[in-house]
Amino acid sequence: MVSTERTLVLIPAFNEEAAIGAVVREVRQTLPGIRVLVVDDGSSDGTVWQARAAGARVLSLPCHLGLGGCVQAGYRLAFELGYEEVVRIDGDGQHDPRYIPALLEALRASGCEMAIGVRKGAPGGYNTTVLRRLGIECFRLLLRPILGRPVSDPTSGFVAVNRRALEVFARSFPLEYPEIETLVVLQRRRFRFVEVPYLVRPRLAGRSTITPLRSLYYVIHVLLGVFVNILRIDARRAARALEVPPDGATS
Amino acid sequence: MVQLPDLLALLSVLLLLVVLRAIRREHIRVEYSVSWLAAALALLALSRSGAVLERAAAALGVQDPALVLLALILIVFLGVFYRFSRIVSELKEMNITLTQRVAILEFLLRERDEKA
Repeated sequence: MVSTERTLVLIPAFNEEAAIGAVVREVRQTLPGIRVLVVDDGSSDGTVWQARAAGARVLSLPCHLGLGGCVQAGYRLAFELGYEEVVRIDGDGQHDPRYIPALLEALRASGCEMAIGVRKGAPGGYNTTVLRRLGIECFRLLLRPILGRPVSDPTSGFVAVNRRALEVFARSFPLEYPEIETLVVLQRRRFRFVEVPYLVRPRLAGRSTITPLRSLYYVIHVLLGVFVNILRIDARRAARALEVPPDGATS
Repeated sequence: MVQLPDLLALLSVLLLLVVLRAIRREHIRVEYSVSWLAAALALLALSRSGAVLERAAAALGVQDPALVLLALILIVFLGVFYRFSRIVSELKEMNITLTQRVAILEFLLRERDEKA
């Protein structure tokens, strides 16, 4: 049994009143005693009420920040409250909490800063479109040389991070569509990740907000974000190369 | 027929008046009006300096001085837009930080009240 005393389950939610209660209850039933934090991203429905009724603590953002800002708020609070590990799951029920122990075990055993849940069989999720799978495949190809290793499911939102990563993400976190850029941020810090397969489920309610037009915006935004992060990596390398050793000697 | 420089002079005066009115009504803060006022004055000065434009056009190998005027206007306004993009980005960053901080403080206060 995995110890979860210093572990927080973080659930970002925006207008998820139909699913959030069941998701919170399932997490608490699966891992009794674990602390659950729902970060409400300015929902206009009963998400906050449903989450509290199900026994979650709720961090309620006064206005809508988008996924990255919402998740970062949770990371900031978790870091300030001294949590050692944070597991992020979606509020729509696609992530089965029975896989949380496997994610935590992999995080601890590997010594990596992040454990990523990899959707079995179909990267992209349940009933994902061909276009989306193609996009994910492109991102995998793009990320491989940047990360120096393959990544199976770069858009997975089922992740666990330890305190070292938490400290970084509390300060700096990609704001929109954060999953892929997060991997590049990890690389910049020379952090590592481990992958854990899991079986994705259909969402309990609602539907994906990613329309074809948004998909296009998503691709452009993520490519730009990755490019900017690569420039930062290069800038850091250049700065390190220019650093003069303490004894003043140059090589 | 209205000449392009005259039209631009008219537009620059209009821009000056609109910005000054916005400042008076506190729709634009003074520090953010400086770029617009400077752009409007630069536009006015350029549209009234035919000889300078003709010399610039000759130096650049452009036949029509109006094209030089349009190019300069484009540069001035690109500068203004860039400045405001930076300001908006900084403000968004601050807004996100403030929103998160307010939410965290409310959360901590609520937790304290529930424990008390």
